[in-house]
Amino acid sequence: MGESVEIVVDGERVRVSEGMTLASALMDAGVIAFRVSVSGAPRAPICGMGSCFECRVTVNGRQHQRSCLIPCAEGMVVETGSGAGRGDAE
Amino acid sequence: MPSGQPDVLIVGAGVVGAACALALAREGARVLVIDADFVGGGSTAAAMGHLVVMDDSEPELQLTAYSRQLWSELSEELPQECEDERRGTLWVASAPEEMDAVREKRERYARHGIAAEVVDERTLAEMEPHLRRGLAGALHVPDDCVLYPPAAARYFADRARELGAEVREQCMAESVDGRTVRISERAGAEYLVSAGAVVNAAGIDSPRLTPGLQIIPRKGQLLITDRYPGLCGCQIVELGYLHSAHTLGGASVAFNVQPRATGQLLIGSSRELVGRDPEVNRELLGSMLERAIEFMPVLARCNATRAWTGFRPATPDALPLIGPWEGAEGVWIAAGHEGLGITMAPGTGALIADSIMGRTPAIDLAPFAPGRSMPAAAEPAGL
Repeated sequence: MGESVEIVVDGERVRVSEGMTLASALMDAGVIAFRVSVSGAPRAPICGMGSCFECRVTVNGRQHQRSCLIPCAEGMVVETGSGAGRGDAE
Repeated sequence: MPSGQPDVLIVGAGVVGAACALALAREGARVLVIDADFVGGGSTAAAMGHLVVMDDSEPELQLTAYSRQLWSELSEELPQECEDERRGTLWVASAPEEMDAVREKRERYARHGIAAEVVDERTLAEMEPHLRRGLAGALHVPDDCVLYPPAAARYFADRARELGAEVREQCMAESVDGRTVRISERAGAEYLVSAGAVVNAAGIDSPRLTPGLQIIPRKGQLLITDRYPGLCGCQIVELGYLHSAHTLGGASVAFNVQPRATGQLLIGSSRELVGRDPEVNRELLGSMLERAIEFMPVLARCNATRAWTGFRPATPDALPLIGPWEGAEGVWIAAGHEGLGITMAPGTGALIADSIMGRTPAIDLAPFAPGRSMPAAAEPAGL
């Protein structure tokens, strides 16, 4: 793992290892609902390899990004379905 | 098979057949509806669900206005799954010279009591900030709506059932011989049903049952995105759609985007005559999306969930076939609505009920006469 970097998850600062997948970092940070479904049900990663699309979060303002495919980087701002904004179900 | 013959047998439980079933059940008629597949399948399931007043011809304007009014009267009772929303339509003019067409369109709507307002460049940018800058303006038609067509068809069928209609899915009409229909069930049974009247509402399949109907399948493609709530507020259509959408012949695309209740965006549109090949034409899909991105650049950053195809039952003069079929006593036609089947469904149901019950229809049926003389249908372009 690389250097420790800081990302922001639903407004909270979190220290993670640079280059680890964002999905792993979010699980470490205790995120349960990565996103919520149309009916409001919480969703979390299943496959961890880009196929299931269940791990989507908003990264640096861009919606529906698969967190399992994104390496963590310094200053990354992430919004999930657990946050006040309720991810993509706003 | 139930005992007793139905007063009316409707072939096809798309949104048009289902609307006919409800209208006739309300008259107290014993109605049987059959569908080779299921209620709200076929072209209905593939459709966008834009309830829109169109003005390419006087009869089209009359029927779309009448039918949209019937939809609006239904909006209180439509269940939530129909996702009925009064979004309004924005007919966007790309270039200043198109603003003349915008004003003419407004005049035509005004003559029919359809609310519409001319929107200038700045107001358009305020209403839809994600449209590209530099568009000339638009016509805003605030009372147009969007809904989810298969759910609306199911609603019509369910309401008809409550009024005593019978709906049989997985039942194919093999042939129509006067008032007698040969039915084969998917499960294997085959039998004849005779009715007081038969309504052919089988969409692109209707000429198979009533040879001589001038209906050809006009393929369209749609794509739906992930949820991006707030990216657009109205259904936005390029004004040029009027020109590209209603010429039989080669393939064409036009910008057309619809916001769904879920926050998803439905992106169209394309038209091609290639028989019944259901495969997505990826090259044409590419052109369609390029066109959409040209008008709304932010779409380039959206994820697509899926793309699909459907077939509009098109007629050579771009008007549906509604009314009695001169070729056979007791046979009515309710088909050929091309891309306006959802909009025109309740109106068609009401007109068919008027006609079968022997009343003067709410709208003159002459322009929709199924046997009217029309230019010969164009050959498929073979693209």
